[in-house]
Amino acid sequence: MSLKISSGSFENRVQRGVENDFMRQAVSSAQGRFKSGRLNAAAELGNWEDWRTLGEEIRTHTLENIDYYLQQLSEQVFKRGGHVFFAETAEEANEYIKDVIKKKNGKKVVKSKSMVTEEIGLNKALQEAGVEVVETDLGEWILQLDDDVPSHIVTPALHKNKEQIRETFAEKKGYDKSDKPEELALFAREQLRKDFLSADIGITGCNFAIAESGAVTLVTNEGNARLVTSLPDTQITVMGMERIVPTWEEMEVLVSLLTRAAVGQKLTSYITAITGTRLEGEVDGPEEYHLVVVDNGRSKILGTEFQSALHCIRCAACINVCPVYRHVGGHAYGSIYPGPIGAVITPLLDGYEDHKELPYASTLCAACTEACPVKIPLHELLIRHRQIIVEENKTSKIEKLAMKGFAKWASTPAAYKISAKMARPALKPWTKDETIKNGPGPMKGWTDIRDFPAPSRQGFRDWFKDRDKGGDA
Amino acid sequence: MVIQKQEAFLDKLAATLGRERRTEGVERPIWSVSPQLEVYQGFDQDDLVDVLEKQCAIIHTDFRRTDKAGLANVLKEVIIGYEGKSIIVAKDPRNKDYGLDGFYEKLQQVGREVHEWDATKGKENQVFAERADIGINFSDMTLAESATITLFNNKDNGRSISLLPRTWIAIIPKSTLVPRMTQVAKHIHEATQQGHAVSSCVSFISGPSNSADIEMNLIVGVHGPIKVTYIVVD
Ligand code: SF4
Repeated sequence: MSLKISSGSFENRVQRGVENDFMRQAVSSAQGRFKSGRLNAAAELGNWEDWRTLGEEIRTHTLENIDYYLQQLSEQVFKRGGHVFFAETAEEANEYIKDVIKKKNGKKVVKSKSMVTEEIGLNKALQEAGVEVVETDLGEWILQLDDDVPSHIVTPALHKNKEQIRETFAEKKGYDKSDKPEELALFAREQLRKDFLSADIGITGCNFAIAESGAVTLVTNEGNARLVTSLPDTQITVMGMERIVPTWEEMEVLVSLLTRAAVGQKLTSYITAITGTRLEGEVDGPEEYHLVVVDNGRSKILGTEFQSALHCIRCAACINVCPVYRHVGGHAYGSIYPGPIGAVITPLLDGYEDHKELPYASTLCAACTEACPVKIPLHELLIRHRQIIVEENKTSKIEKLAMKGFAKWASTPAAYKISAKMARPALKPWTKDETIKNGPGPMKGWTDIRDFPAPSRQGFRDWFKDRDKGGDA
Repeated sequence: MVIQKQEAFLDKLAATLGRERRTEGVERPIWSVSPQLEVYQGFDQDDLVDVLEKQCAIIHTDFRRTDKAGLANVLKEVIIGYEGKSIIVAKDPRNKDYGLDGFYEKLQQVGREVHEWDATKGKENQVFAERADIGINFSDMTLAESATITLFNNKDNGRSISLLPRTWIAIIPKSTLVPRMTQVAKHIHEATQQGHAVSSCVSFISGPSNSADIEMNLIVGVHGPIKVTYIVVD
């Protein structure tokens, strides 16, 4: 499994994060913005607690009947001309997708980034099979030009400033304009259009699949997911098996919760619900459609006391309020899923062995639980992890490790002070202008909301320098 | 079409849940709360236009309001403002209802290219849309809360029109306004229950595309349209 993003030791990763003041400030101010944005948006909705209750009820019911709803989904996709493949493992999913591409004699894939395709290591599998993969999110594309690896799953090119981006464009693509972000983006738009128009295959993730009609909903801002689903003749959706809702009515509620909890947008620029193949006479959309439903360890969580972790809608709100995340930054978690939810699900998906420190990456201040739009009791699940680790007598070694890193810091009075401050509402409310100019607004290509607050560029350069590039990136 | 590996996969899920497979009889419960139904209740169409206008300012979208008689004029102004030489429009009966067919003809007479989506021409439509300066759509349902245009894309109303051109104009008949996404979801849910096939693509579009991938600054206009105007027609 490629949940791991760094092969450095946990202790080192934490140390690097903690030592970097600049990063801490950047994270902290981003967290403030994210948080107040979320609170403002929540306040506008009025009875936010009712919304959360509804979100929780929907997720609970859906997961309890997941076999029923997945079957309904698959039948509906089939009715609309689509193929459906249920993949138990990452390897099965990758093999199936490679096979589809081979049968279509596909040479070029355009993708809009998603967590689940990261999780299963799809790009690597496709590239090894000789397929050209173009990531079409602006940030991902910048990195691809340079053969660079993402520094952050939300703003992946965070370690590059605009001058460097200009240089890369000039060197690799003959760009001759300024380093104004708008001009850079316009250039990328023109260049990527060529890829969209020439690609044979489009691949996206899935925010919410709608069982009653076989639709797949994508929540984005840039518009690349729309291009990916409109232009190539073959399209593949990869979904984590839990990303499903019964009907359009529940989709609507969860999308409202997702966009608000993530960065306080009422809706992102594009919510797109696509169903099967294009219909008779239609020009846009695929003539061949595949839905790949991925388990990859999720079923191990089902039916256990951790089942509610599968309710997660990947909004990152828990990460944005976490004082530990604020202190050490995202990469310290060593997983593609960082923050409190990462600390809960990474050991479940990938085993305690490689991630035994994560449940200690918390002050147990419960800010995450309060922020979660579907009321996952995150801090309680973390406590439960710790109990299990203790019961399994793995503690002595782990505690030693953890106490040097996260836990040592997390147990200091300073940590509690920060937690307490964070728990107060609205550090600095967004004015409209701030939302526009400085607000994170991005919400970008997240098929899973890629809007975690950004640690500083400096932090990432450091991280990269001593990062073992041979790691399981 | 094939469904592969479903049975083993779903059997396993049922087993981990400690019960038999559920293949029928699952009903959505009645949720204990329904806050989504309360938003902007009691607002009339004009109140909703006000909500929409306010939200437009937040999402970088120009807002215009006119009546049927004034529509062609406002449209002309916006087209000139966007330096629109080539324009792609959906094949929509409302073009005629709102008197735009004559207007588009006149535009052509003065040397502007206007392409009406034509299913029989296949990919040519996409090619035109890709180089077009402006795409124009009528909104099918409009969400006041988030200033969102809903398009039920079909063979006469390609996804490309609102996606590929450099700028985009949405014409919003006032009657299409609803409080929020809740009403659209209900509409589609009920249609699905009555056996109607949902559109192959339902697009909810709120303003221009944007990104924050360069130094965390918001850039308006990345893959989709860079500028967007909504015209509400009373
Ligand atoms: S666990 Fe975190 S990311 Fe998941 S829904 Fe809750 S707050 Fe959002």
